[in-house]
Amino acid sequence: MGKAIKQREGAVMILGAGIAGIQAALDMTELGYYVYLVEKSPAVGGVMAQLDKTFPTNDCSL
Amino acid sequence: MVTNADLIALEGKPGNFTAKLNIRPRYIDADACTACGLCTQYCPKHHSDQYNEGLSVTRPIHIDYAQAVPATYYIDPSSCMFLQHDTCQICVPVCQSHAINFNQKPEARDLKVGAVILSPGFGKIAPETLEKFGYGTHPDIVTAYEYERMTTASGPFLGEIKCFSDGRHPKSMAFIQCVGSRDLGCDNGYCSSVCCMYAIKEALVTKEHDPEVDITIYYMDIRTQGKDFDAARERAENIGIKFVRAKVADVTPWDNHLKLTYSTLDGQHKFDSHDMVILSVGLESPKDARNIADITNIELNKYDFCKTETFTPLKTSQNGIVVAGAFQGPKDIPESATQASGAAAIAATILNKQRGKGTDTKEYPDELSVTDEDEVRIGVFVCHCGINISSVVDCPEVATDAGKMENVTYYTENLYSCSQDAQEQIKQTIKDKKLNRVVIAACSPRTHEPLFQETLKDAGLNRNLFEMVNIRDQCSWVHANEPEAATDKSKDLVRMAVSKAAHIQPLPEQTVPVTPKALVLGGGVAGMTAALSLADQGFESVLVEKSSSIGGNLQNLKNTLAGETVGGFLKTLTAKVKKSSKIDVVTDAALARTSGFIGNFNSVIESGKGRKKQEQSFDHGVIIVATGGHEHRPDLYQLGKSKKVVTQQELEAKLAGRAKSRAPNSIVMIQCAGSRGEDLNYCSKVCCNHAMKNILKIKEINPDSQIIVLYRDIRTYGFAEDAYLEARKKGVIFIPYEVDRKPVVTSKGTNVQVDFFDSIMQEDVSISPDLVTLSVGIVPDGTEELSKMLKLPVNANGFFLEAHVKLRPVEAAVDGVYICGLGHAPKPVEETIVQAQAAAAKAAMPLVKGFVTVDPIVSSVVQDDCIGCGICVSMCPYGAIIMEKVGKKRKAKTVSASCKACGICASRCPTFAISMGGFTNEQLISQIEAFGNKTADEKVEA
Repeated sequence: MGKAIKQREGAVMILGAGIAGIQAALDMTELGYYVYLVEKSPAVGGVMAQLDKTFPTNDCSL
Repeated sequence: MVTNADLIALEGKPGNFTAKLNIRPRYIDADACTACGLCTQYCPKHHSDQYNEGLSVTRPIHIDYAQAVPATYYIDPSSCMFLQHDTCQICVPVCQSHAINFNQKPEARDLKVGAVILSPGFGKIAPETLEKFGYGTHPDIVTAYEYERMTTASGPFLGEIKCFSDGRHPKSMAFIQCVGSRDLGCDNGYCSSVCCMYAIKEALVTKEHDPEVDITIYYMDIRTQGKDFDAARERAENIGIKFVRAKVADVTPWDNHLKLTYSTLDGQHKFDSHDMVILSVGLESPKDARNIADITNIELNKYDFCKTETFTPLKTSQNGIVVAGAFQGPKDIPESATQASGAAAIAATILNKQRGKGTDTKEYPDELSVTDEDEVRIGVFVCHCGINISSVVDCPEVATDAGKMENVTYYTENLYSCSQDAQEQIKQTIKDKKLNRVVIAACSPRTHEPLFQETLKDAGLNRNLFEMVNIRDQCSWVHANEPEAATDKSKDLVRMAVSKAAHIQPLPEQTVPVTPKALVLGGGVAGMTAALSLADQGFESVLVEKSSSIGGNLQNLKNTLAGETVGGFLKTLTAKVKKSSKIDVVTDAALARTSGFIGNFNSVIESGKGRKKQEQSFDHGVIIVATGGHEHRPDLYQLGKSKKVVTQQELEAKLAGRAKSRAPNSIVMIQCAGSRGEDLNYCSKVCCNHAMKNILKIKEINPDSQIIVLYRDIRTYGFAEDAYLEARKKGVIFIPYEVDRKPVVTSKGTNVQVDFFDSIMQEDVSISPDLVTLSVGIVPDGTEELSKMLKLPVNANGFFLEAHVKLRPVEAAVDGVYICGLGHAPKPVEETIVQAQAAAAKAAMPLVKGFVTVDPIVSSVVQDDCIGCGICVSMCPYGAIIMEKVGKKRKAKTVSASCKACGICASRCPTFAISMGGFTNEQLISQIEAFGNKTADEKVEA
């Protein structure tokens, strides 16, 4: 058995912290739930963090 | 946030899952690491930098990029000398904060969760597929990812585009589309949906770098079906980017160039030479898709993406597990962000009963009162930002200079003001030195002001007793080559901030209660889905439908491309809506007028006809606009004049009937009839799929039917590509036409004749089919009136504009108003449902919270000084100033919740009766005066 941490009600696990995972995590917290955002790589951001400019606003992705 | 972690098991049922994680070691203590980067400088081993697609070299101990979250370095065990060969460990003594810990072991952790959202993204196309286009045989054949990193200003080449072979700037470039997509050779029959658009974006960016460069995009169909995407393609064509409809067979080295062999539609084989070839690689299913499916027991489709149904696009085959993003099918960023919000809405309905039970609320100490009588005690903190600022700006001098100013009680420097320990130190200093104003000279307030304001709140100060100076972007970055001038400018800016700080006052945090109810406009699938989602989350809504029954456009459709019947779904959906105690359906109704602002709207609904006409008024907190659209009827190709010319929707109805002649022997379909530049200046996204759906139905009824489709680009994006392939396998003939050579339909008596140029055989053709079917596109319903009533902007084509295409795809520019469905843009029913769920998630946020916070930097009117001229009311772009009667006079008043703090009213007021919180005239004047006083010493003497 792994180390069980404080048990929380109303928690959701989100697997993958790319743009979809991060957006879902932000929305879930705004809606009043606790989020575990689980990412396999060492940093969140996914592929979007690698993009330079994005259409149509030319915003930087970071 | 749990990074470096793998899901290894999932047990339990919806509402009560246990997820078992394996957290791999970083070998660096996240709490201690300050992300200074010294370890990377000392690490002797090279490591291919995957963040830069292997185009540059980093070290095993590194961070992917400066802004990475968490901002903690990590050691990649695959190339670390110690972890591989038990030697080195040079990083351990180098780290000043003793963060490196090679004793870290993988950690197992169990999470108790009620629901799971899967968003693992997408994978990369296998190298074998790329090799077909010569990838790996010549350095100047690159993937679009590699090219993206190359064009990035912060990338390994600082944005310089050059050939890998010899470093020359390429003069001629080629993009090859559909690499690893629409390719049965690699079992990826689907279209990746995003590559056409990103190739155009990269081509446009390249043209910005070098307008002379020659760019050709080799494609089969250009699929720019997204909202306003066709406009980008037109722009690309206008600046000289060439689009060649061809299939590329081969890329081979040719001197120091690359030779492309390709065949065009008319069967010709051609060659062309380019300096650089970019492969527009598609999106693959995630590498660990099967592993995830095994662990969670969800079903995958035949391409290993998550299997979903048209009417439940975010539900997996397992209850309690929802999906979002590219794992559900290849898609772009706005679509992924929308799905994410939609998935959040579904997860929220699963967990509805537990809402708010697991979250922590942060407690702050009581706010210290700061009044005019109190002595002003300013603390100045100058940040080095590692060496980001201090390598250019003389930080000690800036700090000492500020220290000489009046009211400055304390000054110091920090290596990183934003680091955890510096935050603690700032809090302690505020308490010890009894500071009541704080000035931090560091980076951009856009990213860091909220953090520092949080620090102030933790120390018991009002968050507005804070001034931030950006000496990084505005000094050390832009004046990197003039350190003295940069230091002088920093001193000026800090001096100005300190003088302003002396005048700043605490501003009260304002909150406005929210009426927990929604107004949903439109009773189609979008409006019904949104209202039901809100109901499932516990919120009431009023659903307003202009016609006599709810159901919308789905009432005209019979089945989906995937084969599901529409009728059954629609019946269940409408029944649920009618049964719900939380949804009040008003038919034959329209919105008459609306007033108020987020959280506090009041609307009047007009319903009934003639004598039964009545008005009802009610309060609500949010508005969801789901007003929809309808099939366009262009006055083209004899539509409406000949009985043998019908629209796709009419054909669908016909095919669902029993008439023997419903699937005649010869049919011509004309795509983009009236779209993309004629009546409608856009692509309607659904017509190609609609045509495929009808074609397959016809072939089912009458396999001998001869069907010719005349098209510009077939846009069966995503998995719909399978239907296109099936249609071709069944013998349907697809012939592209050019805009300047459109087909002509004439009617002679009861017959119709279609004349067109066959671009494959290169000859004119004239036939008289039994039926002509037009794909006619979609127009929005009544967006113009609504846009005036709710102050919602629309785009050039009459669709509602979202607040931000990527970050806020379902929110309108007006707070508290959310958009979904065909009123936003043409889209298939699957995307409409997702968008409606997303809108419901966003709309539920203020309702859940129960109040809206108003940023204290809003305008306020000193009514004694107001002369009631009303200039401010007419100037305010947000309708945030109203006139009210005070005694016998008219006076202006700010509606704080609607105010966006733009300051237009304050600058226009002829009697200076309006001031902005945090930017009063007194504060601004003292700032300007401080700029004039060159040295701080003089100020003290004066």
